[in-house]
Amino acid sequence: MNIIELLKSPWPWYVAGPLIGLTVPVLLLLGNKSFGISSSLRHICAAVIPAGLPFFKYNWRKEAWNLFFVAGIAIGGFAGNFWLGNPKAIVVADDTRQTLAALGVTDFSGLMPTDIFAVSNVFTLKGLIFLVLGGFLVGFGTRYAGGCTSGHAIMGLSNLQWPSLVATVSFMIGGFACTHLLLPFFLHLVL
Amino acid sequence: MEKIHRHSPLAESADTDFDNIKVDGCDGANRQQTAESFTANLKYLLVGILFGIIFVKAEIVSWFRIQEMFRLDSFHMYGVIGSAVAVGLLSIWLIKRFNIKTISGETVSIADKVFDKGQIYGGGLFGIGWAITGACPGPLFAQIGAGYLAVAVTLLSAIAGTWFYGLIRARLPH
Repeated sequence: MNIIELLKSPWPWYVAGPLIGLTVPVLLLLGNKSFGISSSLRHICAAVIPAGLPFFKYNWRKEAWNLFFVAGIAIGGFAGNFWLGNPKAIVVADDTRQTLAALGVTDFSGLMPTDIFAVSNVFTLKGLIFLVLGGFLVGFGTRYAGGCTSGHAIMGLSNLQWPSLVATVSFMIGGFACTHLLLPFFLHLVL
Repeated sequence: MEKIHRHSPLAESADTDFDNIKVDGCDGANRQQTAESFTANLKYLLVGILFGIIFVKAEIVSWFRIQEMFRLDSFHMYGVIGSAVAVGLLSIWLIKRFNIKTISGETVSIADKVFDKGQIYGGGLFGIGWAITGACPGPLFAQIGAGYLAVAVTLLSAIAGTWFYGLIRARLPH
């Protein structure tokens, strides 16, 4: 197997996890930046629609690095999928696949099921629940919690911050509850 | 000090050093003292690009991988987050132990996280959103880049959610 084929196949957790962990020292040493991505959403609010709210009244230009970082993530997402994309279909665990198929998901070929995440669904109930409602909860919840998976679960835990452990446990409780209690209802409703 | 500020109504503070960015436990905050130019910021773009590639290649941005995680059907996401924390822990320990400086010679400074009930309530709400969208804020950007353009709606809605939090913040339990 040559190097390009190796790069194109999905990367195992023991390669990706340590690389993601390295982001912590890289950002600290490049410029004293704490790893945390959800703040980019706050900076966008502060830059575009501050509306005089005190929460958005700060020098967002000083935090512009975070906007460069997320712009990079979008470019990296493009490169990773279109230049280094896996030519084969994604391998989903059998149990998850069967459960989701029973709930009406039919597309198991890519990273996201197009049954739900297709542009044509934007103005439907699917879009309202899975894009609008879901996105709103991600933005509201991460800011209320003061961080997301990167700011709390990775950066906070790496720095032994117990409030980050509280946050991480809360993320997981919310996710488990939603997956097992809410999602079956939502998927039945739209698929 | 920060704890008091955090719960204060957030108006113009008498403390001139105070910056409202701190009213968030300094999540992702920039603690470099010297200002950075546009070109200096490009290095964070580069780190972001590498990061986005890892996100897609390890399929962390996949809705299916998040579903597997919350259904306990795969170790993948637990392995990714666990090993990332292990490397982060070791790195921060090394930086503190050997007082490793930043490339511009500053001492590395990381804000402590202050406990706040928002970590429980907000954390739970984010968890629900995470399971619905299959994305935390980082993967949202990677999904859009990877061609799932519908996720642009999710991102706009996440920005709206953040803005709404800023609007009603004073009325929420903290």
